[in-house]
Amino acid sequence: MNFSDSDNTLPIEITTADQSTIFKPVGDIDMSRSPHLRTALAEVQRPAPDKRIIINLEEVPYMDSSGVATLVEAMQIARKHGGQIKLCNLNQRVLSIIEIARLDTIFKIYPTLEDAVNS
Amino acid sequence: MTDSNQPQPHLRIVMLSQPRYLAGVRSMICTVAERLGFSKCDASQIALAVDESICNIIQHGYEKQPDGQIWISVWPIEDIPNNTFGIRIILEDEAKQVDPKQIKSRPLKDIRPGGLGVHIIHKVMDTVQYSERENTGMRLLLEKTGAKHINPQDHQRELGSCPPDISSSE
Repeated sequence: MNFSDSDNTLPIEITTADQSTIFKPVGDIDMSRSPHLRTALAEVQRPAPDKRIIINLEEVPYMDSSGVATLVEAMQIARKHGGQIKLCNLNQRVLSIIEIARLDTIFKIYPTLEDAVNS
Repeated sequence: MTDSNQPQPHLRIVMLSQPRYLAGVRSMICTVAERLGFSKCDASQIALAVDESICNIIQHGYEKQPDGQIWISVWPIEDIPNNTFGIRIILEDEAKQVDPKQIKSRPLKDIRPGGLGVHIIHKVMDTVQYSERENTGMRLLLEKTGAKHINPQDHQRELGSCPPDISSSE
């Protein structure tokens, strides 16, 4: 499944592996694009809030606080319903905003997709 | 548009209150901050602070109306006697005015979406000063020092070393 990649939208590859749904957004996640990630996550979480979700940030060079807020919201929905949100492949720039927001101990963060799938 | 007490900005752009222009402003600020002597990491965090500040103007100031104007002015900080170098950025808008004392970060132990922008701005920048403009809108002064000193002449020399067909605009 792919969300549109025109102009201001955020292309997101969605695949599954070993009972996890893997989201791979491609591009900066800022105020103009975080609503697309939010919608894509909601499409999966609404019918199945207990889903195990991995967000592969390998192709995300930049994220601002609106992107972080989207991840926090998804994590809260997952936690409330026994689901899981894992993040993997964060570059230093993206990791640093999560650290500044002091969320690095709240999110489950893995160095690779393989680590996230197998954890 | 900028404070008359400030000297002429070295760089000024105006953008409409539309999130699609954030990426361009980030690139510009990041590149300029690197050119003023900041490391790549610091330059990218300065761009993040500016991005967060503009998001707040769009969201809370203009309440997502797409036709508001935002002015971004940039100066280098060059205090040679004190060996202090950095960047000064002023953001101005014509959005609704708020008491600067009301603009504050929320407690981070409260894990919830949103409200992180002001915390990030304060964490990254040395000076964060909100004020009301004279008639309408707000002004935000952002400063960060800690850049290494780069003599502007060095950039001139770099330009001089370009092949003539690249450095010449004619």
